[in-house]
Amino acid sequence: MTDGAAETRITDLLRSWREPVLDRWVELAFDAVGGRVTERELRTELSELYELVERAFGDDGAAMGELRATLAELSRGRARNGFSPSETAVGVFALKQALYERIRTTRDQRAYNDLIDFTSFVDELGLATFETYAATREQVIADQSEQLLELSTPVVKLWDGILGVPLVGTLDSARTQVVMETLLEALVDTGSRFAVIDITGVAAVDTEVAQHLMKTVMAARLMGTQCVISGIRPQIAQTIVTLGIEFGDIATKATLADALKYALDRSGVRVTGGPED
Amino acid sequence: MERVPILKIGDVLLVSIQVDLQDQTVLALQEDLADRIVRTGAHGVIIDITAVDIVDSFIGRTFATIASMSRLMDSETVVVGMRPAVAITLVELGLSLGGVRTALDLEEGMRLLGAGAPGARAPAADHS
Repeated sequence: MTDGAAETRITDLLRSWREPVLDRWVELAFDAVGGRVTERELRTELSELYELVERAFGDDGAAMGELRATLAELSRGRARNGFSPSETAVGVFALKQALYERIRTTRDQRAYNDLIDFTSFVDELGLATFETYAATREQVIADQSEQLLELSTPVVKLWDGILGVPLVGTLDSARTQVVMETLLEALVDTGSRFAVIDITGVAAVDTEVAQHLMKTVMAARLMGTQCVISGIRPQIAQTIVTLGIEFGDIATKATLADALKYALDRSGVRVTGGPED
Repeated sequence: MERVPILKIGDVLLVSIQVDLQDQTVLALQEDLADRIVRTGAHGVIIDITAVDIVDSFIGRTFATIASMSRLMDSETVVVGMRPAVAITLVELGLSLGGVRTALDLEEGMRLLGAGAPGARAPAADHS
């Protein structure tokens, strides 16, 4: 805002043409959002924005802050409801066109010149909606991955004193940390002497994943619990041997059932009955 | 300097650590334990670290030393009640305490040593 006179000119125009420009703006913005918002809702939002733009462009500092907050709120709502960022921003940019169309009819040379300032002002607002939009989406993604982390690390009780940890997906350090903590807490809570870590759902095992598994097993052992790793598929067994990974004296079983049987045997539970009886 | 008390229950020596562990405390404990094992002819040592929040690499290594030392004197060492946070720290430090037996709680540790808690059921004959 450099030239006081220039601002006043556009501010005056904005004030005197409030109804027609706002109408045109709503019309243009309505086209952009493709009918997913009712015209009435849009009009309410935009008339609030229009008023704030009018005041903010007239060098009202408080209005500027309020305008940014309102825009951010609008943009967040759009992002959550699945609008694309350009649909959101075009809604704001439409104000330029609405005003320009109006000024063109008057052939007012000074207004043309001032329009440049106003245009860059609106561009700035448009960019602000982009930023909020991106930040909101980032937040949504972060929330989701956190939920995924919680979802994907259940610890289940298989038997008295035997816990099961079915792992699904890829093991990275963050997940191993969560798995380890959840498992160890569960060990304390249940006083289990055995834990079966089932990796049937783990896509691939490389040196890093093996390292993470070893750490979990070691930590459980330090607390007095023996871990059994189950669900090692043929390809994974081949990979592990090819990579030269040593599982040391950690018990490994082909299936969860084998591992459970092993743990039951070791804890002195005898399973009676069966096909042969 | 604080000294950690060593209690004798039947054939087993019980060390329950309730203080913040300093290097000196652990070294003194190591000496005291060696003396007591020889004097009492105990067959098992249980170190209860339920109340310990922090274990550094030196203390972790000393536990391993105590274990191998007592094995030389025909006494089995069991570390019981390690907290999850402590276990994670030790693993991150690369200490697996090989040679030290571990158990979830004191009762489990007594059972491992075949002593059984006083008044509890007889030592389980599971591992025949």
